[in-house]
Amino acid sequence: MNMQAILALSYLIGSITFIVGLKMLSHPDSARRGNLVAAAGMAAAILATIFLYQDEMGNPLNNYGWIFAGLIVGTVVGTLSAKKVQMTAMPEMVSMFNGMGGACAMLISIIEFHHLTSDFTWELYEESGYTFFSSLPGGMLATILIGMVIGSVSFAGSVIAWGKLNGKIKDRSFNGQHIVNLGLLAIVAGLILLILVARPGQTITYFYLILALSLVYGVLFVLPIGGADMPVVISLLNSFTGVAAAFGGFLYNNPVMLTGGILVGSAGTILTILMCKAMNRSLKNVLIGSFGAQATGGSGEAKDQGHYKEISLNDTAVLMAYAQKVMIIPGYGLAVAQAQHACHELEKLLNEKGVEVYYGIHPVAGRMPGHMNVLLAEADVPYEKLMEMEDANEQMSTTSVVMIIGANDVVNPAAKEDPSSPIYGMPILEVERAEHVIVNKRSMKPGYAGIENDLFFKPKTSMLFGDAKKVLQDLVSELKQV
Amino acid sequence: MEQLMSLFTDEATYRLLTIVILSIFLGIEVISRVPSVLHTPLMSGANAIHGVVIIGAIIVMGKAPSHDYLALTLGFLAVVLGTLNVVGGFVVTDRMLEMFDKKKKKK
Repeated sequence: MNMQAILALSYLIGSITFIVGLKMLSHPDSARRGNLVAAAGMAAAILATIFLYQDEMGNPLNNYGWIFAGLIVGTVVGTLSAKKVQMTAMPEMVSMFNGMGGACAMLISIIEFHHLTSDFTWELYEESGYTFFSSLPGGMLATILIGMVIGSVSFAGSVIAWGKLNGKIKDRSFNGQHIVNLGLLAIVAGLILLILVARPGQTITYFYLILALSLVYGVLFVLPIGGADMPVVISLLNSFTGVAAAFGGFLYNNPVMLTGGILVGSAGTILTILMCKAMNRSLKNVLIGSFGAQATGGSGEAKDQGHYKEISLNDTAVLMAYAQKVMIIPGYGLAVAQAQHACHELEKLLNEKGVEVYYGIHPVAGRMPGHMNVLLAEADVPYEKLMEMEDANEQMSTTSVVMIIGANDVVNPAAKEDPSSPIYGMPILEVERAEHVIVNKRSMKPGYAGIENDLFFKPKTSMLFGDAKKVLQDLVSELKQV
Repeated sequence: MEQLMSLFTDEATYRLLTIVILSIFLGIEVISRVPSVLHTPLMSGANAIHGVVIIGAIIVMGKAPSHDYLALTLGFLAVVLGTLNVVGGFVVTDRMLEMFDKKKKKK
């Protein structure tokens, strides 16, 4: 039996499962099976590689001890951290895993480069006077270099995104950062060209310089971008890692790495664009710009905000208990406060009292698209109670009470009314069409995008301050007495 | 120029290029018309799939000469990180989707 044929067959099966898996992942009914299908294909491809792979000379792989040790360590740590992570911390986790993939691609490039250049005998080179580096295969060198750059940008960027999402790293930007970023990119591109075309004697030094600059670029690329853009950034970095994996596929002439990588690269890019559309931002703007920094200065600062009114827990409970239809609009505040269960509790209680309760889900509420759906699903909120934005807006005029929990930018009327606002044009949940609006927030501080929200000062709006979880729990006990 | 043209005359490279182009269109086709509910799990699933880079790490590790400690160390690290990406990615995605399942059974 020809071993290489079996290897090729497993790669083919791997590629097919990735395609089918992604397809199944995009339908609610088949999503979970799709994930398992892709995982099975991945396992087959990995096992086949370990046992059947041969290099050009027909030698099998060595160092099985190291390989299995690595696989075991990775599997144990990966499973534990994935099992333990809180649902609210999911976006960070995805970002972290993404960074690991990027780092993996980066390391592969470094080792391959090291292989390419380690046979080289310095004495010979110096005596003969012609560059050893000119004998290196150009295509391979280019693949190694580009794969490394993309992998390391993705790695550094993902780690920063991870730190930002869990609050360890603050938004930071300095004047002219765009220029510095573009300059860095230009230098990296220039150095790659220099290596490929001129093959200078300092190729090894330049190689590590490119590595360092790419890492710095990854950091500077994500650092100034505000939290509102984080989902877009993670999705983009996700597709970067895909492309980096695909370069690995080129390097080893490996079809499954190529299909998997490019599939994720293109699918990730489309997902990124979909998200940009939902927020009415152009990808270019996200890539070059620092949203948060411009936004704070942009609008609302000098405007007289007027007064807001507060509402007591008791009044809220009464208002809700006698309402016909209540719509709950969750945002990141709900996730931070871990209030999804309390929220479901409230919904059940209202239901028992004969109040219709729905959730209005903005596509970019939270830190990732679908973040709220996942969160509410964890609290066993029935699927059919979650309304997408368009449906929610249709229901708005017949809704008696809208309860906004920790959401801000997704209900900001400035997106419709104020052309100077940075979020102008973003579709929002039009809560003003409902009879009453109750906003639960911790304080009057602006939301993640750093924009003032006029909604809070409208006559229809009442503020209910406090931590989402505590407020909801108190509300539930108040409601029981009504 | 000659190097550029060799992209199209070299059979192996040409085959890979074809895969690239077809995969790009496939990726776009497969992902359009996804309900926003599934965006997060989909991103996470795609994240696990690009962990296929682990195969490169295994190859690089398996080819490393046993006296080359730099390659062995970095290769080992690459295998660990790649596995983290694959296993962690699939497990996290499964956990997200499990919750959708739970609800459906109740219905």
